[in-house]
Amino acid sequence: MPSEPATAVIEAQSMAAERRHALGLLRDMILIRRFEEKSAELYTLGKIHGFLHLYIGEEAVAVGALHALSADDAIVATYREHGHALVRGIPAGAVMAEMYGKANGCSRGRGGSMHLFDVSRRFYGGNAIVGGGLPIAVGLALADKLQHRRRVTACLFGDGAVAEGEFHESLNLAALWKLPVLFLCENNGYAMGTAIERHQSRTDIHAKAAGYGIPAEVVDGMDVLAVERAARQAVDAVHGGEPYFLEARTYRFRAHSMYDAELYRTKAEVEQWKKRDPITSFVVWLRERQWLGDHDLAEIESSVAAEVVAAVSFAEAGPWEPVEDLTKDVYTPVPS
Amino acid sequence: MKTTYREAVRSALRDALLADSRVFLMGEDVGRYGGSYACSRGLLEEFGPERIRDTPLSESTFLGAGIGAALGGMRPIVEVMTVNFSMLALDQVVNNAAALRHMSGGQVSVPLVVRMASGGGRQLAAQHSHSLEVWYAHVPGIKVLAPATVADARGMLLAALKEPDPVFIFEHAMLYPLEGELDEAAGDPDITRAAIRRPGRDVSLITYGGSLGKCLTAANQLSSEGVEAEVIDLRSLRPLDMPTVLESVAHTHRALVVDEGWRTCSLAGEISAQIMEGGFFDLDAPVARVCSAEVPMPYAGHLEQAALPQPEKIVASVREMFDRHG
Repeated sequence: MPSEPATAVIEAQSMAAERRHALGLLRDMILIRRFEEKSAELYTLGKIHGFLHLYIGEEAVAVGALHALSADDAIVATYREHGHALVRGIPAGAVMAEMYGKANGCSRGRGGSMHLFDVSRRFYGGNAIVGGGLPIAVGLALADKLQHRRRVTACLFGDGAVAEGEFHESLNLAALWKLPVLFLCENNGYAMGTAIERHQSRTDIHAKAAGYGIPAEVVDGMDVLAVERAARQAVDAVHGGEPYFLEARTYRFRAHSMYDAELYRTKAEVEQWKKRDPITSFVVWLRERQWLGDHDLAEIESSVAAEVVAAVSFAEAGPWEPVEDLTKDVYTPVPS
Repeated sequence: MKTTYREAVRSALRDALLADSRVFLMGEDVGRYGGSYACSRGLLEEFGPERIRDTPLSESTFLGAGIGAALGGMRPIVEVMTVNFSMLALDQVVNNAAALRHMSGGQVSVPLVVRMASGGGRQLAAQHSHSLEVWYAHVPGIKVLAPATVADARGMLLAALKEPDPVFIFEHAMLYPLEGELDEAAGDPDITRAAIRRPGRDVSLITYGGSLGKCLTAANQLSSEGVEAEVIDLRSLRPLDMPTVLESVAHTHRALVVDEGWRTCSLAGEISAQIMEGGFFDLDAPVARVCSAEVPMPYAGHLEQAALPQPEKIVASVREMFDRHG
């Protein structure tokens, strides 16, 4: 048994580690927020085109959940995936360059905002067909099971996906074959502009998993620590040899995409949710514990700002893919 | 050795499972039932339920799971019971299997093989009888094969498993009992080339899959009338081996495309356009087509037969070509 002073040292060390970890979570959330604010600005300036779906308001889900995963685990994400890509460690420059459509983007400019890929980080893309990623996740998990690898495939989708047939088929198949899939529903209350009460006969999404015998839990998606805790338990459960279902209740502060006039919800509702801003509330929590001073926050903000500036420079400086290469990467080159 | 098309598929499945531990088969009733066309009979007993996987009736998800498993390092073979059911999985085909490589900037390959039965002739009516190969052949990012012979039924499946990209194999359901010669020691066939199944000098009959036999029958009839038809089996529907087709047309000067798909927006239309683009000045007559009638397949046998390409229609179409254009 360690002596009393030794115990105190260990406690102090573990407290310091916890603080470092918590500040890391905060920085990740702030990075997503500032990166996306910049993206919206660049969109209005005509630097980014196509669809741009912002994650602002939902940051605690990606940050909490992805911190529970290992480098070996796989991620299948949706078209609202900038945050997940950044937390997974895809360099902000490669993500920004992808949105510019540049050849130094993480999908060489072939994917754009909705299709960020980095297979070296086992990030199997933003999928822009609602529900379309679930079968892929089931298959990745099947490959792991057949090859006796102890990995998790985390599959993200929104409440809108719950109405798709592929959602039900995938839950059934993952449960039937006991596959290591973590189903993670980011329930932001809207399938694009249709409120959940208007698209689900039963709005309690995690309860649907019970119909397939999949253990499920609902967590406050505005609380990064709660999400991380729940995701760690979920990952443990998946390692036990069966799928797990986590529903994170969250809210999108910004429009669905840059074209959305938001006719389907009230400003009052948005303001109500903004009071539960995951970053602001985590800052309050950290300050209460005296883990975050003004100086610490300023330091995080300035390092994030520098990272975003560097990301934009990287994208600006990136080359365009030559048009001669238009049809490259449709098929895999076969050595002759 | 003499065997059937069905047995040739089965022997390819078995050899693939024996040769590569990453290969597994999944689909509706491939295991205990033995496959709805009996192509996998006995494989569950030999290879066990991990590798011969009966799936729920969830076409989109088991095809998508095939894509995921391919991304995860496996070599899945997915069987879809019939082409009409595969419509339920088109999301995964078009939006994932075909697109993932390009959409990711070349980071992934999807070595997936999907087999399915297609075609009419068994009085299975409007939801089990169509030839929708062209829907697939339209999509860049995948390859589409249509084995028409016993040797190709085996060889093309084994060759498809060596491809790094998704391959869709259409087995015409009327061909399963077809008997033919099979050399099991033969190496993998070249799946990129069309085959001249019957040489001829007067007209090129260009076809694939279940219509090959009908074209050969028609060619024999035409021969007795003094017209020697060259019969080309396309084998691969994407990519199309147009050099072989154009070479044939260059010496026959006439082309008839026989395709069991509906005529409008058919593969026959595409091939016809490509002959026009690449061989217009070789032609002595407009390119002709024999396709299925524009009707959901009727049940009654006489109506179904009337809807499908037949040797008589092929012969008549060739005669008309000569009558009208000399």
